Amino acid sequence: MTSFVFPSPPPSPESEALRTQVRAFLRQELADRAPIDRAQSWNGVDPAFSRKLGQRGWLGLTWPKRYGGQERSALERYVLLEELLAAGAPVGGHWIAERQSGPSLLRYGSEEQKLAILPRIAAGECFFCIGMSEADTGSDLASVRTRAVRTDEGWRVNGAKLWTTGAQHSHYMILLCRTGPVDPERRHAGLSQFLVDLTLPGVAIRGIANLAGEPHFNEVVFDEALLPAEALLGGEGEGWKQVTGELAYERSGPERFLSSFTLLVELIRVLSPAPDERAQIAVGRLGAQLVALRRMSRSVAGLLQAGADPALEAAMVKDLGALVEQEIPEVARDLLADGPPTAASRDFAAVLAYTSLHAPSFSLRGGTREILRGIIARGLGLR
Amino acid sequence: MSEPFPDASGDMLRETTARALRDLLTDAARAEMAGGAMPQALWRGLEELGLPYALLPEEAGGFGAPLAQALSLLIVAGEHALPLPLADAMLARFLLAKAGVEAPPGLLSVAQGSEVAIDGRGRAGGRAWGAPWGRHAAAIVVVAETAGGPVILAAPPSGLKVEPGADIAGDPSDDLRFEAVATSPAPFSVLEARAAGAATRALMIAGALRSVTDMTTQYAEERKQFGRAIGKFQAVQQNLAALAGQSASAAAAADLAAQALDAWGPGLIPAVAVAKVRCGEAAGAGAAIAHQTHGAIGFTREHRLHRYTLRLSAWRDAYGREAEWARRLGAHLIAAGPEGLWPALTAI
Repeated sequence: MTSFVFPSPPPSPESEALRTQVRAFLRQELADRAPIDRAQSWNGVDPAFSRKLGQRGWLGLTWPKRYGGQERSALERYVLLEELLAAGAPVGGHWIAERQSGPSLLRYGSEEQKLAILPRIAAGECFFCIGMSEADTGSDLASVRTRAVRTDEGWRVNGAKLWTTGAQHSHYMILLCRTGPVDPERRHAGLSQFLVDLTLPGVAIRGIANLAGEPHFNEVVFDEALLPAEALLGGEGEGWKQVTGELAYERSGPERFLSSFTLLVELIRVLSPAPDERAQIAVGRLGAQLVALRRMSRSVAGLLQAGADPALEAAMVKDLGALVEQEIPEVARDLLADGPPTAASRDFAAVLAYTSLHAPSFSLRGGTREILRGIIARGLGLR
Repeated sequence: MSEPFPDASGDMLRETTARALRDLLTDAARAEMAGGAMPQALWRGLEELGLPYALLPEEAGGFGAPLAQALSLLIVAGEHALPLPLADAMLARFLLAKAGVEAPPGLLSVAQGSEVAIDGRGRAGGRAWGAPWGRHAAAIVVVAETAGGPVILAAPPSGLKVEPGADIAGDPSDDLRFEAVATSPAPFSVLEARAAGAATRALMIAGALRSVTDMTTQYAEERKQFGRAIGKFQAVQQNLAALAGQSASAAAAADLAAQALDAWGPGLIPAVAVAKVRCGEAAGAGAAIAHQTHGAIGFTREHRLHRYTLRLSAWRDAYGREAEWARRLGAHLIAAGPEGLWPALTAI
């Protein structure tokens, strides 16, 4: 039997109670947020909004209380995330910290690291970026060349990370770099992770404009940067194992199929007075995909809650999710009728432009389509 | 009826059903069915397991398992590309029981659509179509809209004129004309009955896609070209990953439909719409990859893949194609409006 099984998402009445609270909060907080801002989805950054979530205890929801968490379930966290994303809330500041840096710290961090950082993430005051990709290291993560050398004072880092989303807003990076010799026989050996304070001397952040002209991602250059000895995260040489452990968190969430959701909302705003049959069929097809994906993503949340490692299922959610995220602008463009502009049609056109220009990244970031399908093929026993 | 499933857990139901289908669906039985004949031993075997009664409450002959578990037997039927009208036999008894109408013994089928007029004495006459294996049925269940509301009837062969037909798989799908058949009020709409039928097809598609994924993966591991298994080529691996994704997505959508059928409330229509659209799309995309991987041998009647391709197409057609259900779902979502879209999606 080679098929993947996504068990029915377990019932979670407490999640639905939380959903009601989150919706009421967002109705109030986001009343004046324009469609074009909502369209930024998890790229939208607003540190004040992140702090408000922290004050409500809505960051690190599943974490132990001693680290600032609430010890609630992965299913409740899932509901919170999908409500934030569907509403187009500016979650980009804390997103990576809450999604994967925090869980990595929880798993591999020292007690000092956990106590120092996790409560600040949970308060919405500490943002993270991911230091994995480099100029010559995209999908082939084992080829990283940034190197940390142990010295008497700590770790001396040289190299450069690339495509680092949100580095300009972040306080810390979890850096993957080489600490041991390159061994062609054991390519995944000799890598380690570090908790890097981005204000340290020798760390420079330079924005890179994306297709849409926005500096979402960055180059982060390490020039003789000196990290304290205690910056090592987890075990020396354990970097590969630790990085792959993050992937189920990174790939299965609702942000993997809701990136274009604001466009669907605006499409329905312009269609709803008089939808024709063609529009109904097109919207119905998209809706069916979203509902099926949502069910799969909730299923993964249930597996995470049960302590399973659903990395394969997560790869599948992300692969299918990017397809629908990229299909939404295609369908929306096709349904847009020319005519005299109205306020709604201007909003729609702006959101369509934004989403169309970001769509190519949906099947690149967090693991390309080809890498994800390679992982799935391995799960099928083909590799 | 005996109790073949004293411990009526879903897994046990599925395993026993799978074993029976493996044993009973012989090449001889398939050849018999291909000519439109009913293989009596096969059907008797399914009857003896109580499968046509699976959706009934325990006191009416059901297994006492939750409805969603009983419905998952249709996934097993799909895994075996079962040509016989097990889904229809289950559905007929399910709908009659819901309406409080006593079901006749024997093989029951259900017509997928009808045009019915009620005479002065409250009896129904008209035509109905798309009844799987209707020519062999002891009665055909029809749900119809009338001026007085929806009605259900079980037309016996004596009151029927059957016009034999076939679906795209070549399996019997018959039309019928009938006169003066007694009716009962149906406590559900024609659309709800259609949704129940569509859900059965979504479940079978999910099962068939699971088997298609397995057999296609296995074929890619065995078939060698250029000195290695074709499954070692990245182009083939990428396709198979997409097939597995379609299969998993269809299964998630079909599971949603099964739960909605169990709950039988206002959420039924949107949930079944999701399932029929998603499973229909997945059937098309999945079968295409399976054939691409199998090459010429998969395009023969000799290879078993054809059984699945044929039924995936037939089940995709039955009880409304993707466009019909997508239009219904799309109208529902657009009517919810921009602010209501997300609540409407999360309610499904």
